Amino acid sequence: MKIKDIQEEIVDEFSMFDDWMQRYEYIIELGKNLPLIKEEFKVDENLIKGCQSKVWLQGEQNEDKIIFTADSDAILTKGIIAILIRVFSNQTPKDIIDADMGFIDEIGLKEHLSPTRANGLVSMIKNIKMYALAFNTRG
Amino acid sequence: MLDIQKIRADFPILQQKVNGKPLVYFDNGATSQKPQVVIDAISKYYQEINANIHRGVHTLSQLATDAYEIARGKIQNHINAKHAHEVLFTSGTTFGINLVANGFASILKPGDEVIVSHLEHHSNIVPWQMLCEKTGATLKVIPMNEKGELVMAEYDKLLSDKTKIVTVNHISNALGTINPIKYMIDKAHEVGAAILIDGAQSVPHLKPDVRALDCDFYAFSGHKMCGPTGTGILYGKEAWLNKLPPYQGGGEMIKEVSFEKTTYAELPHKFEAGTPHIAGGIVLGTAIDYLNEVGFENIQQQELELLAYATERLSEIEGLRIYGNSEAKTSVISFNIEGIHPYDIGSIIDKLGIAVRTGHHCAQPIMNFFGIPGTIRASFSFYNTKEEIDALVDAVKKAQLMLS
Repeated sequence: MKIKDIQEEIVDEFSMFDDWMQRYEYIIELGKNLPLIKEEFKVDENLIKGCQSKVWLQGEQNEDKIIFTADSDAILTKGIIAILIRVFSNQTPKDIIDADMGFIDEIGLKEHLSPTRANGLVSMIKNIKMYALAFNTRG
Repeated sequence: MLDIQKIRADFPILQQKVNGKPLVYFDNGATSQKPQVVIDAISKYYQEINANIHRGVHTLSQLATDAYEIARGKIQNHINAKHAHEVLFTSGTTFGINLVANGFASILKPGDEVIVSHLEHHSNIVPWQMLCEKTGATLKVIPMNEKGELVMAEYDKLLSDKTKIVTVNHISNALGTINPIKYMIDKAHEVGAAILIDGAQSVPHLKPDVRALDCDFYAFSGHKMCGPTGTGILYGKEAWLNKLPPYQGGGEMIKEVSFEKTTYAELPHKFEAGTPHIAGGIVLGTAIDYLNEVGFENIQQQELELLAYATERLSEIEGLRIYGNSEAKTSVISFNIEGIHPYDIGSIIDKLGIAVRTGHHCAQPIMNFFGIPGTIRASFSFYNTKEEIDALVDAVKKAQLMLS
């Protein structure tokens, strides 16, 4: 599935919720079910330190695509990571670089992706794009 | 007894809703809200007397200068400083601390020692680390105990004739502990060291008497005590302020300038280069008038009642741990719930209209001491109510239910 289609799918899912509580409960569920990052990747080199929560991110190349795994110490952050992984993992570097992030606003999570929130998510997206740039030049 | 509803009516921001819920503002440790008199005084300044100070001969300039100096005098009286020129206007506590730390660069020699405490805000750690790097002096740290108190027996041991300056907060921002600063000041003086008190968290709750305390420096911010952001005060004893070199060069701080040599202005202007936050300084005076009108005894009584009530109510919640259990404590409760990250609680209760601070509170050494990523900090002001604490408790319970 292409990034844009996945994003639309996520926007559809979130449109079923009436209020923030249902949205948050769903994110918490996603966080709980996020496949764990391998312990060997949960190291300082993969750590993004936010003021509020920590994020670990690891990217690996699989043929022409990048597989991302990640984790966080806060469950809401982890739930949003699950969404981002669903969007960006198993995509080509070029598609990742070109991806638009507008869907985050549509699902009502913009505040969690604000740089001032300092929960590591903004840096996570930046790092996802960095991985894509690096793998892209490596070809 | 305070008429809380009357007090609350003074603060327009408290009347609003956040995320559709009545705002419960428990982030007073970060900044306080402003009463209408303060908000009005800012407009009044710009509408009626705005001009640059200490420079012009014209009427407006004179009016602005007078108002600014009257504010300085109010603050002098408020903290009981001996001279008005011992009261320096700054942009906040951080600026005041940096001014002193920078000044000590010309005093310290390799082998000298600077003492800080484990309970400090980063802004009372980093400037001293920078100073030590610059001068070859050594940074010593007063340890804390499980209750969140400084260990005075260890402080006594750290002091020696190598100690040149001690720096400690009056009240810890992360835990609310009130430190025994009078004892610490006297002990520092016994070994001939200077001492700076970071009063950022104390001035909203109490009236420091710098002469009774006998501290050498006392730094605080205006915005935590109902005043405007970007304002602050550094009190320094005259002898020390004369001894320290200027921090910033510029207009206002000079006596005479030539390319060969510049001589500096007298206190306080030596430390007040450039055009200051004139409106802010004047209105800080208004904020102090307001607080004195409410009365610090009333403020303390209300805040201690809120602290006791919140401690009791929050303790009902299963798995909740409060960090900072000193008997000498101000109206701050730092807590966590077992198995739940503070960010998650903070994000959910924000949706319920409750403003608290989550994270490490710029005090990572304290978080490392307890082995936690951060806490949820509810800090109460005299305009808060028990009903608001009930709302906090309900919201935390709801968040706990959602998250576990």
